Amino acid sequence: MASLTIQGVSKSYGDVEVMHDIDLDIADGEFVVFVGPSGCGKSTLLRMIAGLEDISGGTVAIGDQVVNEVAPAKRGVAMVFQTYALYPHMNVYKNMAFGLRQAKMPEDEIDKRVRGAAEVLHITDYLDRTPRALSGGQRQRVAIGRAIVREPEVFLFDEPLSNLDAALRVQTRLEIARLHERLGSTMIYVTHDQVEAMTLADKIVVLRDGRIEQVGSPIELYERPRNAFVAQFIGSPKMNFFEASTLSENAATALGITIDESAIVGIRPEHLRVCAEGQEAIRAKLELVEHLGEHVLVHMIADDGTEFITKMEKPPQTARGDYIAYSADPSLVHQFDKASGQRR
Amino acid sequence: MAIVAQQTKFSKIFWPVLAWFIALIFFFPIFWMVLTSFKTDADAVKPEFLFTFKPTLENYLNMTANYDYWRFATNSVITSVFATGFALAVGVPCAYAMAFNPSRATKDVLMWMLSTKMLPAAAVLYPMTFLTKNFLGVFDTKFLVIVVLSLINLPIVIWMLFTYFKEIPKEIIEAGKMDGVSTWGEIKDILLPLAWGGLASTALLTFIFCWNEAYWTVRLTTTEAATLSKLIEGNRAPEGLFFGRLSAVSAAAVGPIIVLGWFCQKQLVQGLTFGAVK
Repeated sequence: MASLTIQGVSKSYGDVEVMHDIDLDIADGEFVVFVGPSGCGKSTLLRMIAGLEDISGGTVAIGDQVVNEVAPAKRGVAMVFQTYALYPHMNVYKNMAFGLRQAKMPEDEIDKRVRGAAEVLHITDYLDRTPRALSGGQRQRVAIGRAIVREPEVFLFDEPLSNLDAALRVQTRLEIARLHERLGSTMIYVTHDQVEAMTLADKIVVLRDGRIEQVGSPIELYERPRNAFVAQFIGSPKMNFFEASTLSENAATALGITIDESAIVGIRPEHLRVCAEGQEAIRAKLELVEHLGEHVLVHMIADDGTEFITKMEKPPQTARGDYIAYSADPSLVHQFDKASGQRR
Repeated sequence: MAIVAQQTKFSKIFWPVLAWFIALIFFFPIFWMVLTSFKTDADAVKPEFLFTFKPTLENYLNMTANYDYWRFATNSVITSVFATGFALAVGVPCAYAMAFNPSRATKDVLMWMLSTKMLPAAAVLYPMTFLTKNFLGVFDTKFLVIVVLSLINLPIVIWMLFTYFKEIPKEIIEAGKMDGVSTWGEIKDILLPLAWGGLASTALLTFIFCWNEAYWTVRLTTTEAATLSKLIEGNRAPEGLFFGRLSAVSAAAVGPIIVLGWFCQKQLVQGLTFGAVK
């Protein structure tokens, strides 16, 4: 097991710099999730840690050792690919043993490790099968098994669940969490799915356009997003933003804040609550109600055209097109600078 | 429904008939050649004896007895096998590098390789003959034939392999890197087993191209390294046109490659479609 230190790392393709001056510390045994929209550089950063991409500037250190020039297999990292990337011409056993054989490990030790990993992942029955004869979920386990047998100091997961169906995704997510618990290894996990990020991570790293937007625990990111981008990226449905002009006259009193034109106000759908007319922060027409079983999503549209969503336990007894008045607890209201997007 | 059924019935009969008709047109010259090879030279030029003739093995016996068929055949086998082997030995690493570690120049390099096939062979005939004869002293050696055959086929070999390698997911090669495999191991343990079908069809096509090559093998050899193409060529000129004998020589020259092609049809189709059929 090992910590990981990324200092001033950048990545360029020719003249185009795609990752800019990334600084990040990952503690030993931590589960870190890189999250962000596609093209934000999360996979590139992971691949630089893995050694599959050159590092254009800065250093990556695993433990005390700078690994910029170290071959992938010598870094003590193992990677699980989005497409599983199993060797199609080898059976499951050989797939898992391949890396160990490259390292010239004695066969009895290889056998012990492969069978041990197969046991943990419940794939012992499939050891003789080729990947072609396995389902998506089983292939994913083999891919994880191939990483486990190497007993790496750092596990790298590159969107490992995105090729699985919804039910399997939830189950596998849980298994990865258990695996982390069991092994206690450092794990770095890339996803674009903020639910995966929230449920798995000790620490979330939000990336955008090759820059780190915020690093923090899931709850920190949820409660105190550093800027408007993080605020909208974390949480589902995403945070509602209101311009000062959209809010009603007594919004400042209702929300307990001072409001000026240069700010946008952010309130999460689950934090908006219905209030009496006259005490509202915002008033809008009901447009659509989505029933999700344990709660409903109510789509609203304000008079100036601003749309927002509220999350409620029960559907409102209001007809479509009628007005509802909302307010929110002052402690759950966020304000961001309109120009820079930074939190105020 | 009736119309649809009728149409299916019509196409079920029409297309196979058309296909067979076209195939027979293509096949007829070969059929005629094989037929002629069993006729005497006198019978061979008479149209009325197209099917009605007294078959004879004279041409074949004559060929092996007087023309040293087996020496030419051996040369063909040796040069084709080694040229194919050499082209693959160079082509595999080259296509591997371009498929998995492409640079900005890769596209241009590929185009440049193909462009060498655009140069008319006749344009370099004089320098090739002169240089190999007078300076290098390799004229009419198997070595020269092997080098020339492999070089003229190399662009095709690299293009085909490149196309096959491109179909292999990059992540599998990367997984190999994570597993600590060496570059050679990557090629041997991962790439080649996965591209086996493509490799086989490339090898087969190259072999056929080498075997059938006539322009250079005829011009760069006299006796020592002469291949079957040269044998056919040699039987054409000196004693006039003896169709019976010429047909026997030709049939014996293309025979092995047709048999090989027959057995490897599946691989060949895959090769000719450049990996489009999985």
